[in-house]
Amino acid sequence: MAIRSFFLFILFFSSSLSPVFSLYEDQVGLMDWHQQYIGKVKQAVFSSQRAGRKRVVVSTEENVIASLDLRHGEIFWRHLLGADDVIDGIDIGLGKYVITLSSGGSILRSWNLPDGQMVWESSLQGPKHSKSFLLVPTNLKFDKDNVLVVFSNGRLHAISCIDGEVLWKKDFEAESFEVQQVIQPPGSDLIYVVGFAASYQFEMYQINAKNGELLKHESASFSSGFSGEVSLVSTETVVALDSTGSILLTISFQDGKISSQQTPISNLVEDSLGPAVIIPSSVSGIFAIKTDAVTVFIRVIGEGKLEVVEKTTHEIAVSDALSISEDQQAFALIQHASSEIHLTVKLAHDWDGNLLKESVKMDWQRGLVHKVFINNYIRTDRSYGFRVLIVMEDHSLLLLQQGEIVWSREDGLASIIDVTTSELPVERNGVSVAKVEHNLFEWLKGHMLKLKGTLMLASPEDMAAIQSMRLKSSEKSKMTRDHNGFRKLLIVLTRAGKLFALHTGDGRIVWSHLLRSLHKSEACQSPIGLNLYQWQVPHHHAMDENPSVLVVSRCGPSSDTPGVLSFVDTYTGKELSSLSLDHAVVQVIPLPYTDSTEQRLHLLINADKHAHLYPKTSEALSIFKREFLNIYWYSVEDQNGIIKGHALKCKCTGEVADEFCFDTRDLWSVVFPSESEKIVATVTRKLNEVVHTQAKVVADQDVMYKYISRNLLFVATVAPKGSGEIGSVTPEESWLVAYLIDTVTGRILHRVTHHGSQGPVHAVFSENWVVYHYFNLRAHRYEMSVIEIYDQSRADNKDVWKLVLGKHNLTSPISLFSRPEVITKSQSYFFTHSLKAIAVTSTAKGITSKQLLLGTIGDQVLALDKRFLDPRRTVNPTQAEKEEGIIPLTDSLPIIPQSYVTHALRVEGLRGIITVPAKLESTTLVFAHGVDLFFTQLAPSRTYDSLTEDFSYALLLITIVALVAAIFVTWRLSERKELQEKWR
Amino acid sequence: MEKGKGIMGSGGRWAVDFSDNSTAPPSRDIPDPPGFTRASVDQDDSTVSRQKKDAESNWKAQKAWEVAQAPFKNLLMMGFMMWMAGNTVHLFSIGITFSALWQPISALQGVGKVFEPYKDNKVDLLGPKLLFIALNLGGLALGVWKLNTLGLLPTHASDWVSSLPPAQEVEYSGGGIPL
Repeated sequence: MAIRSFFLFILFFSSSLSPVFSLYEDQVGLMDWHQQYIGKVKQAVFSSQRAGRKRVVVSTEENVIASLDLRHGEIFWRHLLGADDVIDGIDIGLGKYVITLSSGGSILRSWNLPDGQMVWESSLQGPKHSKSFLLVPTNLKFDKDNVLVVFSNGRLHAISCIDGEVLWKKDFEAESFEVQQVIQPPGSDLIYVVGFAASYQFEMYQINAKNGELLKHESASFSSGFSGEVSLVSTETVVALDSTGSILLTISFQDGKISSQQTPISNLVEDSLGPAVIIPSSVSGIFAIKTDAVTVFIRVIGEGKLEVVEKTTHEIAVSDALSISEDQQAFALIQHASSEIHLTVKLAHDWDGNLLKESVKMDWQRGLVHKVFINNYIRTDRSYGFRVLIVMEDHSLLLLQQGEIVWSREDGLASIIDVTTSELPVERNGVSVAKVEHNLFEWLKGHMLKLKGTLMLASPEDMAAIQSMRLKSSEKSKMTRDHNGFRKLLIVLTRAGKLFALHTGDGRIVWSHLLRSLHKSEACQSPIGLNLYQWQVPHHHAMDENPSVLVVSRCGPSSDTPGVLSFVDTYTGKELSSLSLDHAVVQVIPLPYTDSTEQRLHLLINADKHAHLYPKTSEALSIFKREFLNIYWYSVEDQNGIIKGHALKCKCTGEVADEFCFDTRDLWSVVFPSESEKIVATVTRKLNEVVHTQAKVVADQDVMYKYISRNLLFVATVAPKGSGEIGSVTPEESWLVAYLIDTVTGRILHRVTHHGSQGPVHAVFSENWVVYHYFNLRAHRYEMSVIEIYDQSRADNKDVWKLVLGKHNLTSPISLFSRPEVITKSQSYFFTHSLKAIAVTSTAKGITSKQLLLGTIGDQVLALDKRFLDPRRTVNPTQAEKEEGIIPLTDSLPIIPQSYVTHALRVEGLRGIITVPAKLESTTLVFAHGVDLFFTQLAPSRTYDSLTEDFSYALLLITIVALVAAIFVTWRLSERKELQEKWR
Repeated sequence: MEKGKGIMGSGGRWAVDFSDNSTAPPSRDIPDPPGFTRASVDQDDSTVSRQKKDAESNWKAQKAWEVAQAPFKNLLMMGFMMWMAGNTVHLFSIGITFSALWQPISALQGVGKVFEPYKDNKVDLLGPKLLFIALNLGGLALGVWKLNTLGLLPTHASDWVSSLPPAQEVEYSGGGIPL
């Protein structure tokens, strides 16, 4: 009871202090940090404005359009388009509008360049799907109005640059016509549309740019067919490859006449290997082809004659052409050489002369150069200077100018695939990893300033000094472990296959490592990183062993390609080892066992349902053998609507004897009827979640025993019809079914149907409850439901004496085959927002009450007390229930503006929320990632176990000193008085 | 003080002998006055003191009983205070309850001291002491009862299971949607 009343007291205390967890304005940035990214740049356009700040407008693979400062790489403005609104092209029109074409060429938007406000938007429809092109001709005028030429969805549009109105349109309805290029020769009123029809016919349309009238249509067939893209070598000549990739076709359509020439690649390059591809580029007169090993630059010398100008085996990247004067075009070329990159800027018609040749030292952790964008400026001596923007393999963006990296942006962090955490090194005596400590004087000065602030004596300058001191506290960004466990490393894996370690204190990158195992190689064509696991977390040997993480990746998009494992030291970022597996990786099951070096045992399941044990040591094998019969696994086949349970059987019966490989057998299966149910979400408890107690004390000293099992799976299914967008079905046709399934026995513990409801379903599972979010079609509102599951078979453990003497079996190990009797309680509430992600706070011991973290559609993170989602809420709770902290039932969940964890910030493109317990029980660390990153600390029941950060130690010290002084003074005084008394 | 002594030391010494000579037999040179017999006075004095002693022990016994009954009043007052404090846990009720517990305990510790003044060979203090102890135990019981009504005694199953860790599961299962 003492404990209970203590908690009651805390609860009472916390609820009486208003349920806000908000910050004061000056606390922003103390414990949280926010980083803005844009993603891998797809296309960049330099603003050529003479006045104002130099800027570059980029579109990225994260569907961001952004305007960056060319001096520092900062973001001026940024817009994130929706996930299905992929950007096809950007350009700058009239020098002040950014034009974007997106959604497969069906949406054209114009944005104001200085501030990023949208000016207009037009929707472009067309007869069929096709490639899309956006052209902004500089000199094509139409009633004093600049015209944009857009080819999309099989239709050519001319659009006014000022208001987005469609001036004319022309359909290309021929069934098999596939557009390859849209050309607008400068200085003419013509538009050429070239493409292939039926894959062996070359088609050319000449169109009047003034009114869209078809002037000419020519076609020519090529029996050998085409493959890949075409490269434009002049305004009226294109180069294509035949279907075998061995013959180059030079097709010219001068004056509307098609003439062509065929040149076998072997004529140009003697030792050509395998089929070639054309590297898309727009440099006139020159194009590049790439075979497996070599890249060849070829010049077109009139009448389709080809000439090799350079052949290189280095990795190479070419920029588009940049017109520097009337008849001169420059382009940039980047070649790799061991630890440097060589940048050359050449004129298009003069291959041998270089305008610029520079070497820049490049960290090999950035990988290869993927894209180059060139821009020129006029130096003070009136000559041309060039700067290039390069996009690296790790998705970072760099600006090179005068042989130096002016700035770089780590935009790989915009596409995080998986996150895990690692502890920092333990602080050692003598070997100081930490920064230089403040000296005593500074410490005192700082505290005096703080004291001044507390006593309201500080001047505005002092206040500013205090604030900057708080923000830049070296304490939080040290490279060692702290007592509270606030300082950790966030290990993130990005889509580019790069691992980053971010410091939780200030979000800086501690190390980054481009995984060599994720590098393209012959054995592994297109490696993709999948997941991160904690491989080794040393506790006993924390001083002399470093923790490591396991990166699981795969050699291709399909699930049967072989997997690759890499092990990375989290202190140094060194790749300890990597394993190319001979089997695929379909599932990775971290087992709850560790060997003597504290390496966690992992079970990797391949496509044939064989289980492979890692690490491959005899010790691991003996540990595994001991628990062999108790290890099960399940697979969710969401396409077929089947969940299957499996057990391990025996050693693999393959031709190669492998004692770490095990056969499995099917134990059970749950088959959802495909005509009525489709799996949309599955959730389990987090592996590392700590639960403090199995009992829940309810009003009147009653006890309910939670059903806490690691092997529970929450599955949500919807009607197949209702799996589309919200509103696509009527309430009668749509339903949502929630299941709780025991994954060892396949027993369905609970099933509930929500009629008239629809996905998408977001769910989170913790302790003995699951909360899920869906759409209610009847009420036209989002709903959140909670299911709590209790163990009824333990409910009669109520004899106090048995409990006092410990004569109960509540903590003895249980088997799931004993069929516990469970009861569930559930309740549903309306909720205003639609969600992008949902998570729950986790603390070190699991004592602190929980909060749900909801990633809202507005890209913010909202904290909601679990108390609001308590199925025992009633409209009129009794006195005892009120004391317990039960909130009267309302039909909708409140959104308290102060409980936005992200306060005024937005985590653009929010994808995931991760919570990590700190060592301090009251506190949990929250990391939200999307295109932006956000990190903060949360205390769901306030920091009841530590003094707040703004606690004034100086005030305490001064009070103590003053008290001691007062004691001495009064003692002296009293002595003197006593003496005088005696004299009287 | 020392100053005073110093002054006194410097002056001449003098003294007054106040010794009472009335009971001592006077010196032979001064005869007793007529009608005065020394022996009868002595006899009378002894009977008076015996009576006096009896009255005192009676009074002591009476007082001891009174002292023994004193906690009863206290008990009533405590009961009233507890009723006033109510059954919810807050500062006032906790204060009352703990004082209700503390008072009897401290009183029980000092049982000997309370009855010290009434200690007499002739007075039987066992009865009052027992009553005193019983009443204080009653007070203690009242305090404990109050503690219980406040819900601060571990008398329920919930008090013993609230920190029981969850039971270990023998089986382990993992998996999910294929990567």
